[in-house]
Amino acid sequence: MSKTTTKTKTGWFQLMKPYFEDMKHTMYLWRRNKLAIVGSIIIAAFLFIAIFAPLLTPYQPDVQNLSNKLLPPSSEHPFGTDQFGRDIMCRILYGSRIAIQIVLIVTIISGFIGISVGVTAGYFGGIVDEILMRITDMFLAFPRLVLAMAFAAMLGPNLTNMIIAISLVNWTPYARISRAESLRVKGQPYIESIRSMGASNFRIMFSHVLPMTISPVLVQLTLRMGTIIITAAGLGFLGLGAQPPSPEWGVMVSDGRSYLIDQWWVSTFPGLAIAIVVLGFNLLGDGIRDMMDPRLRR
Amino acid sequence: MMNKRGNLLNVSDLHVVFYTYRGVIKALNGVELWMNKGERLGIVGETGCGKSVTSRAVMDLIEEPGKILSGSVVFEDRDILKLKEAEVRKIRGNEISMIFQEPKSSLNPVMNVGFQIAEVLGKVNNKSIKSQYKAAAEMLEFVGLDSERVMSMYPHELSGGMAQRVMIAMGLAPKPKLLIADEPTSALDVTIQAQILELLDDLVEKLGNAVMMITHDMGVVAEFCNKILVMYAGNSAEYASTEKLFKKPLHPYTTGLLKAVPQIGRTDELKAITGTVPDLVDPPSGCRFHKRCPQTMEICKKERPPFIEVEEDHYVACHLYSQKGGENK
Amino acid sequence: MNIWTYILKRLLLMILVLFGVACIVFFIAHVIPADPISAMLGGNAPDEVIKRVEAQLGYDKPLIVQFYNFITGAVVGDFGLSLRTNNPVMQDINNYFPATLELTIFAILISTILGISLGVLSAVHRNKIIDHFSRVFSIVGVSMPVFWTGLLLLLLFYYRLGWLPAAGRLDFFTMPPDHITGMYLLDSLLTGNWEVFKDALRHILLPAFCLGFLATASIARTTRASMLDVLKQEYITTAKAKGLKKNIVINRHALRNSLIPTVTIIGLTFGSLLEGAVLTETVFSWPGLGRYITQGLLFLDYNSVMGGTLYIAFVYSLANLAVDILYAVLDPRMRT
Repeated sequence: MSKTTTKTKTGWFQLMKPYFEDMKHTMYLWRRNKLAIVGSIIIAAFLFIAIFAPLLTPYQPDVQNLSNKLLPPSSEHPFGTDQFGRDIMCRILYGSRIAIQIVLIVTIISGFIGISVGVTAGYFGGIVDEILMRITDMFLAFPRLVLAMAFAAMLGPNLTNMIIAISLVNWTPYARISRAESLRVKGQPYIESIRSMGASNFRIMFSHVLPMTISPVLVQLTLRMGTIIITAAGLGFLGLGAQPPSPEWGVMVSDGRSYLIDQWWVSTFPGLAIAIVVLGFNLLGDGIRDMMDPRLRR
Repeated sequence: MMNKRGNLLNVSDLHVVFYTYRGVIKALNGVELWMNKGERLGIVGETGCGKSVTSRAVMDLIEEPGKILSGSVVFEDRDILKLKEAEVRKIRGNEISMIFQEPKSSLNPVMNVGFQIAEVLGKVNNKSIKSQYKAAAEMLEFVGLDSERVMSMYPHELSGGMAQRVMIAMGLAPKPKLLIADEPTSALDVTIQAQILELLDDLVEKLGNAVMMITHDMGVVAEFCNKILVMYAGNSAEYASTEKLFKKPLHPYTTGLLKAVPQIGRTDELKAITGTVPDLVDPPSGCRFHKRCPQTMEICKKERPPFIEVEEDHYVACHLYSQKGGENK
Repeated sequence: MNIWTYILKRLLLMILVLFGVACIVFFIAHVIPADPISAMLGGNAPDEVIKRVEAQLGYDKPLIVQFYNFITGAVVGDFGLSLRTNNPVMQDINNYFPATLELTIFAILISTILGISLGVLSAVHRNKIIDHFSRVFSIVGVSMPVFWTGLLLLLLFYYRLGWLPAAGRLDFFTMPPDHITGMYLLDSLLTGNWEVFKDALRHILLPAFCLGFLATASIARTTRASMLDVLKQEYITTAKAKGLKKNIVINRHALRNSLIPTVTIIGLTFGSLLEGAVLTETVFSWPGLGRYITQGLLFLDYNSVMGGTLYIAFVYSLANLAVDILYAVLDPRMRT
């Protein structure tokens, strides 16, 4: 009775242990890398803004005030107002919530798909690998945005469908990398010895192969977060994603296009927001990648 | 103070450091070395003792984050460290040549063998490209390879032994006065090792050049070299002819090394030297070996022993034989 | 393996992949939309109109038959009629594709030359001013969304400075040159039409630079990284030990090896250029395939979407194949 319970407890702990070990080492290296720190500050600010948006601005993002339309930046409206008199800074702050949702959900879904495909393909090899890789190739045969546009348009342009569409095109690099890592790990002698001790395929994949693939995939996940935001903004700009009056940044840039000549702030500030957040993710991703460089690590 | 002990090469008081995030690695701490024409000097020591760094310093190939702090490398009558880069380049690949440990990664993967050898020759003489390729092919035959087949092959298509032969061909092509071989056999199988050593022996006999052979393998050095320099933690520890060193080692470290080497006919137990290689960022004071030395004295902790001639052509850096050490006894 | 066998193998693979791509495209247009025809017609259309359009487009037939028709049509280049422009889709594609191609090629040229030079300079002069500038430029460039860059460029060069035009490929009154390739720059050169060439050049500069901006940054980064990597390799030490001059070591020994990952990136950037083209064409009103597909999507013009998307996938695959072949030529290890 108690014997069985202890067994399951230890079982789960043993399963997760490799992940914890890796994490500790990672944290140590992170602290020493300047780029990663700058990137982290930006992202932390981004998260902060997203969580506390309503507290940071006295305005509402969708309240129109036509007597205030198209005002230039001032102390009352640091980023000016748009054609409906809405405060742009406020909309940008609320837009960060949308951006975060998109990034997180897309990363989780596409990460899940990609890693599953990759580890399965790499571990089982043979015909499974061939088929999965051909499917990956097929998705890779499209420029990413075009495929996402097509999915989004056909599903009906709105925020949810945009998230689904981007997830469907975003998983391929994770598959490639986790497959490459699985192949490498599969060949290691310790995998053979574990198998000879009777471990099931699933256990091997989850407990031994997967932890080794996490590091490079993690780098990719972070690196891609920037691209996810850019893709989403692109879809918003084209009108195939979130729809007005949503304060999604891409939509905001597109809104300001007709006023570009004299009211440059309507398009410029949302675009700047996009650029800064993406920069943060890229810096963080770069820093992480430098840290993960096997020459520097091991 | 520059020594003038060899008529080909004289390295005096060489100090080299490496700047890393961990600290400053004091890799070479006043190395002394010399060679005569046609001599075969073996430089032995544990990994990290500075043998490779020394060989690179001789060619002035130390790059960031490393730096040559002081010392001189006098080749024939010129101090290489004081020459302008353009003049040093004339010496490299021409009068002094180098071959490396991992032949397959030391050859450029996108160029074929013929080109890489011809390139060395092209630098040395200004004859036509065709004649350089011809000379390259001859060189390949010289090292025992089928030039017709191998000339157009790429490094990844070669076996380890073949690749090393190509490196040797590249190194000997300009008929240098000194060939530096940095662990040329360490990456090869034992049987191939023997072949390559034999080949090298044969060729060097024919060409008459000097060889500086860097290795951690006492067996190789016993076979191939007529003089040996033992290095420890960035210092020259002992220098003698091969025979003398094996028969009558003077430095406690050398004695320890020889005791740890398996030999046919030995029946006693192999004895390892206690302790581990010191951290060169914060090396031990005085003689860097004093913490592991079975015969350490008070003065060993305080002062670095000078590298002096104790018997004829037999040099040691140890307080057991130094003046001060003698006084303290 | 022989390089020709390699090419053959990859071509066959490409055909297989394109078939799968066609499946995906078909799936997107026919299976995903809940009610394709009524969605396209706007939701309030009466039943007979829906049924008529369905028959016209062949949507009333079973899915398998529709798929078969689509595939057989695609192979010969018949994608049906565009409901929006009333032209055969293939004709539209032929009209609009050269504009996109011209823009993309010009952008690649600019970005490759600028990017590789910047990357090499950066690696060779590591940690000096040019390196810092180039690294900042690279990482910022990669973070800016294409459409925003475009708008900023418009703001500066058109609205404020008035140096370059804002839209289209030629001024309103300029006649395009005789049609040889459909690419105005090339055609006007070939026919000796200097005036048109200048005008076309003025019009292409801004969008091409906008499009290539991201690619330049990306290529510079990769070239720098791979160059630094290569410079650490043992064969570079060998080259130095051979006493070769510094620029020979860099240009002959290092560069070719470091270009290998760069070529992959150039291939990848081609893809991002195609997607960037979609956005750039929208910003600069450039009449290319990207804009055509975008408008097709907004109007749910299925035929043009399917045809256009499949065509882009085809071009993209060809480009990737070219990159792979170039890869095999550069690196003899890849030919196995």
